[in-house]
Amino acid sequence: MQLSLNSFLPLSLRVRLRPIAFIAALLIAWQIAVSRSPVHILPGPSEVVGGIVDLIRHGLLLKYIVASLFRVTWGFLLAACLAIPIGLHVGWHRRAEMALNPLIQIFRPISPLAWIPIAILWLGVGDLSSIFLIFLGCFFPLLLTAINAVQNVPAVHANVARNFGLSPAAVVYRVLYPAVVPQLIVGLRITLGVAWLVVVAAEMIAVNSGLGFLIVDARNAGNRYDLVVAGMVIIGLIGLLLDLGMRSLERVKSLRWSYSED
Amino acid sequence: MAASANKLPETDAPIKLSADHVGMVFQRDGKTTQVLRDVNLQVAPGEFVCILGPSGCGKSTLLSTMAGFLSPSSGEVKIDGELVTGPSPRRIFVFQERGVFPWLTVEGNIAFGLFKLSRLERDRRIAYYVKLVGLEGFEKAYPSELSGGMKQRLEVARALAVNPDMLFLDEPFGALDSITRLTMRRELLRIWEAERNTIIFVTHDIDEAVQLADRVAVMSDRPATIQQIVTIDIPHPRDLSSPRYLELRNGIFDQLGLAHKV
Repeated sequence: MQLSLNSFLPLSLRVRLRPIAFIAALLIAWQIAVSRSPVHILPGPSEVVGGIVDLIRHGLLLKYIVASLFRVTWGFLLAACLAIPIGLHVGWHRRAEMALNPLIQIFRPISPLAWIPIAILWLGVGDLSSIFLIFLGCFFPLLLTAINAVQNVPAVHANVARNFGLSPAAVVYRVLYPAVVPQLIVGLRITLGVAWLVVVAAEMIAVNSGLGFLIVDARNAGNRYDLVVAGMVIIGLIGLLLDLGMRSLERVKSLRWSYSED
Repeated sequence: MAASANKLPETDAPIKLSADHVGMVFQRDGKTTQVLRDVNLQVAPGEFVCILGPSGCGKSTLLSTMAGFLSPSSGEVKIDGELVTGPSPRRIFVFQERGVFPWLTVEGNIAFGLFKLSRLERDRRIAYYVKLVGLEGFEKAYPSELSGGMKQRLEVARALAVNPDMLFLDEPFGALDSITRLTMRRELLRIWEAERNTIIFVTHDIDEAVQLADRVAVMSDRPATIQQIVTIDIPHPRDLSSPRYLELRNGIFDQLGLAHKV
């Protein structure tokens, strides 16, 4: 059987099928383990699928996904729009970096979740609070990425630009900007993952919709663990899709230079 | 055997560049280091001068000073009778291949300094200099797809495309293997004979200096000054086993206090 399958399928397809086959095997093992277990400690895959179908039937799945994505989008975009320009300026001017660095290093290790009480005090229970928490979770990583990206621009490149007589504005958009974009994309990709982590946590406390709320609510209202695990699966799948989307940006040819070098 | 005066061979010849009593002192960690001491050099238009000296003697500092990237602590550099106060597109500094922009194609790199020209003229120059440095067929390639020698030729093409009067080359072939280096020297001479820019070429390679230059300025150790200027009175193409070549080369060996045996 194995031999004949190998000879029928091309290599690339076999490589792609491998992770799917592995996941399928795990699901089967999970189902068997759950059905043989005397105590009910985890819903099996079939119950989880049932839970997802339940959510779809009640029109909740799409609603919760949209609610979570809405908060992530706003928090992430606001952080990117503020942190990247600030970071680029701070990185470019050495004195600004020296002045701001201690402050950044103090705020950075504070988990965005530590801000939850203050977020609720300032912004109340609702979308604004969770957007604010996502913003905080994204702002500092993006700020540091932007500062580092500017500082990694080789001095040679700035000198070449001066030598060819570019105006200071032209140095920024013809040399500085293209030089930092690949590093920024990596930073944005990692930070989007952070945003997705934070939204789930924020929704457990500050709002009454979204995938994080779904998990807490399913437990509180009748120990529906099939819905809890369904929520986890959906969160994982959407996280995967977000990462794939950001990775496809890295493959744009004119941005790819820094990955293919050396 | 060789002219040791720092003046030009013909006294009435016009002067392209003159360095007068140039000294350079660096302050680092409270210590003062004198890098250059009383450097005097005059270069004629269209002349090819090599600055030769051991690694770390300050010859790159001298070149950066002549190009306007550094200001001398004492003395002055004049080009066409005018004091040098900064870099200018009239005189382009060629770094080791590190200077090419990895996010631009071969065409894009050559076009970098041509932003003031019409599109038609720009395309004409790109085509001309791509051909001159032998990069036809690679117009759309990114630097990561090029070899070290090709990147070096690209950087020379980008420099030449703005029609500079002068080129400053800082050990441009230092990172290349010895076979490519020989080819590149021949290419540089071919290009120089076509364009007749004034070239100041820094190297620590005695053979390279004697193969390329009209005159070789031999630097001393720190604080560096010009010990001697050797006129290489052999027409191009130079026979590397001719008695005169060996005589001049051995003279510089002696000047630098090097043994003739390994």
